[in-house]
Amino acid sequence: MKLRAARRRRQSTFRRVVVTLIGLFFALPIVGMIEFTTRAPGGGRTLDTWATLFNLGVIDRDYPELKTGIQASAGLVVLTVAIMLFMLVPTMTWVRLRLPGMRRLVEFVCLLPLTIPAIVLVVGLAPVYAWVAYFLGESSLWLTFAYVVLVLPYAYRALDAGLSTIDVRTLAEAARSLGAGWPTVMWRVILPNLRTAVLSAAFLSVALVLGEFTIANLFSRDNLQVAINQLSKRDASLAIAAALAALILAFTVLFAMSFVGTGRGSSRREEA
Amino acid sequence: MASTTKPGSDTVAGSGPDHGVAVTLFELRRSYGPIRALDGLTLEISPGEFVALLGPSGCGKTTALRVLAGLEDADSGRVEVGGKDITSVPTSSRDMGMVFQAYSLFPHMTARQNIEFGLQLRRMPTARRRARVAEMLDLVELSDHADRYAHQLSGGQQQRVALARALAIEPQVLLLDEPLSALDAKVRVQLRDEIRRIQLEVGTTTLFVTHDQEEALAVADRVGVMRAGNLEQLASPQDLYSKPATPFVADFVGLTNRLHATIEGDHATLLGTSVPLLPGSPRRGTAFVLIRPESIAVTADPAGRATVVTASFLGSTGSLHAVTDSGETVLTQIDNDAVATFNPGDKVTLVPRPNPALAVAAD
Repeated sequence: MKLRAARRRRQSTFRRVVVTLIGLFFALPIVGMIEFTTRAPGGGRTLDTWATLFNLGVIDRDYPELKTGIQASAGLVVLTVAIMLFMLVPTMTWVRLRLPGMRRLVEFVCLLPLTIPAIVLVVGLAPVYAWVAYFLGESSLWLTFAYVVLVLPYAYRALDAGLSTIDVRTLAEAARSLGAGWPTVMWRVILPNLRTAVLSAAFLSVALVLGEFTIANLFSRDNLQVAINQLSKRDASLAIAAALAALILAFTVLFAMSFVGTGRGSSRREEA
Repeated sequence: MASTTKPGSDTVAGSGPDHGVAVTLFELRRSYGPIRALDGLTLEISPGEFVALLGPSGCGKTTALRVLAGLEDADSGRVEVGGKDITSVPTSSRDMGMVFQAYSLFPHMTARQNIEFGLQLRRMPTARRRARVAEMLDLVELSDHADRYAHQLSGGQQQRVALARALAIEPQVLLLDEPLSALDAKVRVQLRDEIRRIQLEVGTTTLFVTHDQEEALAVADRVGVMRAGNLEQLASPQDLYSKPATPFVADFVGLTNRLHATIEGDHATLLGTSVPLLPGSPRRGTAFVLIRPESIAVTADPAGRATVVTASFLGSTGSLHAVTDSGETVLTQIDNDAVATFNPGDKVTLVPRPNPALAVAAD
């Protein structure tokens, strides 16, 4: 008993040390950013930079590239999540129901972007985007097609985990035998049971799109990260504040995601 | 249609409301690669009848049910319900209620909402819908569980809600795909009887697929034994048990002894006694007779020509294994209170009762 208690104490101490180290690893840069953005010109502290960041009138007038970047990123987030869900949820459900033999292939295709560096992706996408620009125009929003590819691995994993927790085939067949067509099966039976997985996939996509820089920059399009990069050349403090705000937003989204799973839907499954 | 009184109910099959329609599966064929799941299956079910399909794994019984439900397409053949060809009608338009082997309640809905689902799709007015749900919950005796989610219900309760959900839409045909196999033995028997009671009450034509012969024999008007994608025999439970049409049916349904016999006309002599033979048996020569354990009487006899191997107490009955002097093993059914009177090594006399038995030619 004593040995076991001693071992438990050692494990507990080890856990605390690891958590503290990880906490410091994440906290130090953030503390550094806060410190930098609150420096006053003559010494001391000021919140002027943060006040500017949240003053929409000033941003609109003096930093239009930041406003454009935020708008572009917001649009990209919405479009990317919508296209990803619209494509992936029915496809993955259909593969589970009707084409189980294709599951490995679909998984491989979806996970492929993980193995391709962004720069290589850009080289491959460049000719495609030449045609996109020709047909659809130069809007930054069309980056969404590349972003959908980028988020595929994360969204696939999240949705696959969700689909594994329910008997998709039986639920779909039960609904169909009761008179439901495929749209009703998806909307009223499958999707409500994938709530947590869909939210996870969406949040992961939001975090990824908000933080994407390479592709947008290399294609000379606007998004939040490109805007922050441009801003840093004339107002480093405001650029860091904007970067920190974006980081906190992404953290908040991911943090919220870890609590979504404790909602009604998943607690039901746990009890079951 | 058979009119058989079943345990747990004093109602007669088909006496419920006239909801039943005739179902015909005609020459159904379905292959999965080289495997023939259905090989020209033809099955006719009368209006309001409860037919069970029984057979070993892979015999095609579930495929037959799924083809009837529209969940699988047959390679060829025809499905008729109420005289209408529905072979190419999609599942959602077939108007059939189905209860699955796996728990199939929608997890995000309560029992009430599950039952309401099919009625909402049929755009039934709210007041009527609620009344129908209440009626169904009452039918399966779960009115006080209406607002529970699937995880708050036991396996048996979930299957009862699934049954209520399937019946709520007043289907033309009720399909039961091994709905009891995930339940423990006691609940299985209770729910089995309940399914029969409800089926008799609503009078819906029902096809029940199971690999459990006791289940099939207990609830069905007729039982179809399937093998390799086709029906071996479709008969009342009594006929299936006492007059098996083929050696496979005799072997598959109940326990059977396979004993050497000499055939002469429509009788066989085995263990020194003559027994009548069922049609389909050979008419001369030596053969094996397939005879039930309860069709062999056993008496203690020091001069007997068989020796007791084991005598086992099985609760309501007992069983006795004996070996004849010629080396054949014989299983007999004995009274449970007689078990203690037989000991291994005791000599006994085995006498077949004069029940008709099936014989197969000795190879």
